[in-house]
Amino acid sequence: MSAVLVSPQLTPSAARARGVWAAAATRFRTDKVGMASLIVVVFFLLVVLAAALGLVAKDWQVERGVPDAPPTFVGPAAKTAAVAIAAPSGPNVDISAVDPLAPKYAEWAEAAKKYQTTEAARATTLPFGGDRLGRDVLAKAIKGAEVSILVGVAAAAVATLIGTLLGAVAGFFGGKIGDFLEWVYNVFTAMPSILLIFAFAAVFPRGVGSVVMILGLAGWTGIYRLVRAEFIKHAVRDYVRSAEAIGASTASRMFRHILPNVSHVVLVQLSIHVVGFIKSEVILSYLGLGVGVDQVSWGTMLSEAQSELILGHWWQLAAATILMAVFVTAFSLMTDALRDALDPKLRGLE
Amino acid sequence: MAAYLIRRLWQMIPTLFGVVLLVFLLFKGFGGDPAEVMGGLNATTAQIDAIRQQLGLNEPLWTQFGIFLKQIVTFDWGKSWATNEAVSNLFATRLPATLTVMTPILILETLLAIPFAIGVAYVRGSLTDRAIMVLTTVALSISFLVYVIVGQYVFAFQLGLFPVQGWSDSVWTNLRVYAPLPVLLAVAVSLAPTTRLYRTFFLDEIGHDYVRTARAKGMTERTVLLKHVLRNAMIPILTNVAVSLPGIFVGAFLIEVFFSIPGLGREILLAVNRSDYPVIQAFAVYIAVITMVVNLVTDILYKLVDPRVVLK
Repeated sequence: MSAVLVSPQLTPSAARARGVWAAAATRFRTDKVGMASLIVVVFFLLVVLAAALGLVAKDWQVERGVPDAPPTFVGPAAKTAAVAIAAPSGPNVDISAVDPLAPKYAEWAEAAKKYQTTEAARATTLPFGGDRLGRDVLAKAIKGAEVSILVGVAAAAVATLIGTLLGAVAGFFGGKIGDFLEWVYNVFTAMPSILLIFAFAAVFPRGVGSVVMILGLAGWTGIYRLVRAEFIKHAVRDYVRSAEAIGASTASRMFRHILPNVSHVVLVQLSIHVVGFIKSEVILSYLGLGVGVDQVSWGTMLSEAQSELILGHWWQLAAATILMAVFVTAFSLMTDALRDALDPKLRGLE
Repeated sequence: MAAYLIRRLWQMIPTLFGVVLLVFLLFKGFGGDPAEVMGGLNATTAQIDAIRQQLGLNEPLWTQFGIFLKQIVTFDWGKSWATNEAVSNLFATRLPATLTVMTPILILETLLAIPFAIGVAYVRGSLTDRAIMVLTTVALSISFLVYVIVGQYVFAFQLGLFPVQGWSDSVWTNLRVYAPLPVLLAVAVSLAPTTRLYRTFFLDEIGHDYVRTARAKGMTERTVLLKHVLRNAMIPILTNVAVSLPGIFVGAFLIEVFFSIPGLGREILLAVNRSDYPVIQAFAVYIAVITMVVNLVTDILYKLVDPRVVLK
């Protein structure tokens, strides 16, 4: 008798099945590659946060080295013998009698005294080299990481928001509204996405906000498709019908009951899109359709690096490429691990 | 078959109408005033008004939409605002260059990726497979720009194997002299993602029962892969090629910009930078038409490749 009574005396929380997120977190923790890439991504995000708060790379625009200063580990550039034109040897000719500007010289010299220029000593080498103006490439790459990563994340958030909202509405209601949204989807996918991006870029002004909107507006279709399919599947399930029976409103059923159950799909898509949008931002900025001229992103660095490379100044190209490659690789691997953890059915695909 | 064709063509009309509407509203709603773009900074109010009158910008919105529709149907987009070249002429003269570069890229990419993918699928799960997967992940994470910048610098500028950039009037000279480097770089870059994708197609098929049956009959792994799996995997591969076909017309615009190839992709980019609306609008609408037609042709091709497919 007593033995029968002992076994059901589990605490209610332990008896309860583990949630999908807890189970996914456990699965994710066993994935060594995923954890390592998560650490790299978190490190990058901390650097981005520090740059955004002005803790690092705040003075990336200060020209602290000589133009095209090489990296410290390479050593200063060899002095090239200056080829000067031989100074004229004859005596100076006094032309003040015919010089129309002569009366102004004293006045200008007075005016010039009011401004003081500080000629800071310029370093011959910088930790990872300098650009054309002598700005520190490392600080630039960190500031560029801030812009590129923020744009990628924000654009992915916009695309996810649009895709999820429209997908939820289309999948849940179906009918006329569903047909209409399918039509919108068909229109947006009727042309190659790069053409859509160019069409938006043609009418929007330049700047970070525009890039986010352009990429978000051109890139929501994939998420819409997946979320719509999930909502169609879930809308007729028992738990949603039960919620309706106890009087849950339409909005509550869509976003409080179904959305948490499909949120793993949304999260994985968000993460996949971040990588794609960072790459797109780099290309747009390279082409001059991206961030403004007073900002720096990995794309603008690459476009400067192209002409520098011909002169043998490889450091700016290397800095932008390495930072981007490390971040994007880590983020992709983290996304793969996330997908495996959240959706074990897909494990092993790709 | 005929009924299927007619219904598919019929279904294109609303989508096409939507594309036209999207392009129209986008440029009307968000784009600047065309008259001010055309008039330039020094135009007087009277001049701008005259341009507005000429373009029909003072008409009600639905009349303007009518003018827009008429332009599309009659293929008469007028002239580029920037160069005064007829838009139709622009299309006709820029398309050959794009096709000269893009056709070899697409063919080489597909033909190279299939054997690579089969090879990787053959040794699936092994160290080689995993090493290739890691390598392609890293290769994919480096921006396309870097490959082109470095490739152009090393192969053309340093080694002098190819001209740095350029183009000529003769198709043969273009193919022999100017196209090889852009094609080589584009294929090298796209090989990693394409191989990865095709590998998943092969792996999807390998799990099926018919593969087990073939193995049980005593067929070698080679025969199973090349005869049984390859044929079935051709369907998703074909889809993938078809999806990238419309891209041929837009061109690898980055490649065209880097190598100064006078193709459509470069022209669109120039148009975007110059706010040359007629050119962008024409491109958007016609590329959408081409995309839809290509999709239809692909669906019909399925029928030819796989007799099991029923068109309905």
